[in-house]
Amino acid sequence: MTRAQSVIIVGAGHNGLVCANYLARAGLEVQVLEARETVGGAASTINFGDGYRVSGLAHILHSLSPRVIKDLGLLDTGLNPGPSIDTISLDLAGNHLRLGTNEVSGEDLTTEDINAYGTFKHEFLSYVKALEPLMMNKPPRLKDMDLKDKFTLARLGWKLRFGLGGDSMAEFLRVGGINIYDVLNEVFEDERIKGAIAADAVIGHHMGPRTPTTVLTYLLRLRGELDGSQTIPPGGMGEVSNVLSKSATKAGAKIRTSTRVRQIIVVNGKTQGVELESGEQISADIVVSNADAKTTFLDLVGAPELDAMFAHRIHTSRTRGDVAKIHLALNGLPEITGLTQEQLGQRLLIAPSMRYVEHAFNHAKYGEYSDNPVLEITIPSIGDPELCPPGHHVMSVCASFAPYSLKNGWRDQDKEAFLGKVIDLIGQYAKGFRNQILTTQILTPVDIETDYGITGGHWHHGEMAIDQSFMMRPVHGSAQYDTPIEGLFLCGACAHPGGGVTGVPGHNAAQRILSMSEN
Amino acid sequence: MATDSLHNFEQVLAPTPFHPRIEKLCRVKNWTSWNGYQTARVYDTLASEYFAIRSSCSIMDLTPMEKYRITGPDALKFLNRLVVRDISKLRVNRVTYVLWCNDDGKVLDDGTIFCLKEGEYRLCSQHHQLDWLMISALGMDVTIVEETHDVAALSVQGPTACSILTETGIEGLAALKPFQIMHTRLNGFDLTVSRTGYTGDLGYELWTDPDNALPLWDAIFAVKEHGLYDLRPIGLDALEMVRIEAGFIMPGDDFNTAETTIRADHDRSPFELGMGWVVSFDKSYFTGKRALLKEQAEPIKRRLVKLAVEGNKSPTDSFLYDAKGGRRIGTIKRNIWSPIIKANLTTADIEYTRGKAPKEIWAEIYYQKELEWRATWAKCRISDKPFWQHPRRSATPPLPH
Repeated sequence: MTRAQSVIIVGAGHNGLVCANYLARAGLEVQVLEARETVGGAASTINFGDGYRVSGLAHILHSLSPRVIKDLGLLDTGLNPGPSIDTISLDLAGNHLRLGTNEVSGEDLTTEDINAYGTFKHEFLSYVKALEPLMMNKPPRLKDMDLKDKFTLARLGWKLRFGLGGDSMAEFLRVGGINIYDVLNEVFEDERIKGAIAADAVIGHHMGPRTPTTVLTYLLRLRGELDGSQTIPPGGMGEVSNVLSKSATKAGAKIRTSTRVRQIIVVNGKTQGVELESGEQISADIVVSNADAKTTFLDLVGAPELDAMFAHRIHTSRTRGDVAKIHLALNGLPEITGLTQEQLGQRLLIAPSMRYVEHAFNHAKYGEYSDNPVLEITIPSIGDPELCPPGHHVMSVCASFAPYSLKNGWRDQDKEAFLGKVIDLIGQYAKGFRNQILTTQILTPVDIETDYGITGGHWHHGEMAIDQSFMMRPVHGSAQYDTPIEGLFLCGACAHPGGGVTGVPGHNAAQRILSMSEN
Repeated sequence: MATDSLHNFEQVLAPTPFHPRIEKLCRVKNWTSWNGYQTARVYDTLASEYFAIRSSCSIMDLTPMEKYRITGPDALKFLNRLVVRDISKLRVNRVTYVLWCNDDGKVLDDGTIFCLKEGEYRLCSQHHQLDWLMISALGMDVTIVEETHDVAALSVQGPTACSILTETGIEGLAALKPFQIMHTRLNGFDLTVSRTGYTGDLGYELWTDPDNALPLWDAIFAVKEHGLYDLRPIGLDALEMVRIEAGFIMPGDDFNTAETTIRADHDRSPFELGMGWVVSFDKSYFTGKRALLKEQAEPIKRRLVKLAVEGNKSPTDSFLYDAKGGRRIGTIKRNIWSPIIKANLTTADIEYTRGKAPKEIWAEIYYQKELEWRATWAKCRISDKPFWQHPRRSATPPLPH
């Protein structure tokens, strides 16, 4: 590739903005085109009801890469991740657990389980550390490796063998490909601990605790804790994206919202720019797609421009979302027995046991929503009262499982019914909850697909199972951010290392583009 | 559901619509499977069948060949993205030879595309391709129907083919040019005739509904019964001889098709098969184009060649060397003794050095004399042209015989 000058980034999601930032800083002429009215994509703040604001999809920062924060000087641009939060696993009897990065507390927990939690987290965080060489780099190819790939693999090997040590490495290799259900049963007695960790392992995926490779999905999620704790940013996730956008603009990138790209123009196997919905054509040496792989390749490029089997692999990659996002405006703070206001401001989890999580998933297998869903709840207005009128609160709920392909499709009555189940479930923990609700909003995976342009409404732009991770993310043939189309790159969650508001795919894509453009 | 519509598991090989006639004519009962159909390798003696093709007229049941009907607004776009050749200029009632590759530019199969009418195509292939066709149809408005079992087909090949079919009652045949298609009627049924074949000689392929199969067969054989011309049914073994003489490749025999290849470098690109002439880079994207462009920029590493082997010892499965007792550079894939050229003709896969064929090629031949094994060396020569070419193949109207 000759030295590129102009870059178009399709989509101003957080990864698109991170990528824009790096490329603009490297002196490229960067234009970011966003179909929605605001930047941020899944990391945005939305209005619902009258005067209530909440994070549109992602509602917990978990967590933006420290390298990205440092490189881009985001703290100076006004990044405020917010205070750290713990997870509180709710218990109907009021014996809630508080799970932090290294310790767990709960009145009726045994010493064995408390100790086991510390050991378990320490061990698993060390696995995550060992995998770290894979994370901030392009995933190495196993065939036709370049020097950087060899270096990455060598570092990975070193970290696994000498970072972990023999015993830990053996244990890592034992559990790495199996399911979280078996592992947690070996380690813990307490059902609530197991339920909470299992929920973390499957959240956002079409998986239950017994699904193979859920240890891997747990490790990928745990990576957020390596860089600090989870936080709820004041002003919602949109504020994080605004800071990224501000920083990108300062670096020289142009950002256009309400600008929908209709087509990525490909001539003789090379991208030449994009065509907008308006018919306007913008030419560029490089096009970087923040969209998911199916949108990028099948909608924007088009299968006929690609080799048949590559297009087929993209087409058959698993991208059906399973989480509904629910927003509730409340006339006051919910009352959950045994929780203080400070505790209500943490990440609340309804996943009382692994069986509960597995049963919730069972429905999704058959195109039904869960009878008793797994809920991840935040009340961001506790930390930031400006999100709603004084005295009121907003609640943000991620409800699993609400499969994209519901048996009869998501009709209004299905949405109502599922919303009702979620409200009733919360009501079991919070007395009088239903009467506190002023306004509701439910986004099923189908709504997420429509509103945010994410195929299948999938949290991570595609399952992060082992066959869709690392050098096979989104599929082999485009797993190093570059694609079969010369000049076209991926920078979103569909690329390695996947979903979460981390900025890592955006960072890695930018490094890849710059290194390819130098050669 | 009637039981006769269920698959009959007792019947390992399916009969073609011509089977009632073929069964009687196949005296040596040398049957094999061709795409699941019961097919004759030899009817009586190989020599008489071979000479029917080259000196009089042969008839062969072509029904087992895979056939797909391709229609829909994107039919042409679909086919042009599937195959390496540019078929955008294929006119109605014309046929063209094509091959297609996987993403890596390795050949999956070859075949022919018939443009039967505006926007309607038939793709014929050696091997079953439906799944690959479906994979290739992603994002295109195209309908693909497998019609292998719904079209009965006969191949009539040889110097007197035109005369016999004209005598049968097919009109206008003499004006039919190579690779041209004609829709006609015979004895009250619809018949499609194409001037195509696998023998390198004058020949036609006849396509009709399976219900018309026996009337068609009988009408053609009536000419023989009248004593005007000789006509013999031929099996796959005779066809193998003439196709090697005529320089046609056979996927699965001459090279491993990409779909069935597991080991690295055991699949072959069009260039490696000597079929670079069908690759069209100046058309829109087709599967394998990126890989083939890359390959074309490098010196070629190996080639499937037409190799004549001196002497009269059969070089079956022989290893090839760059000198007597030299470095091994390849193997013979298929070989025949050509009665018309009087030589050992083979297809062979050989390594090229820096893009060039080896200066010398020697075959190490193991042969038996009264059950005693002996070894010898035979010098080989690459033939750039088909071993056997005849003006009859392309002359219109057909040459007198």
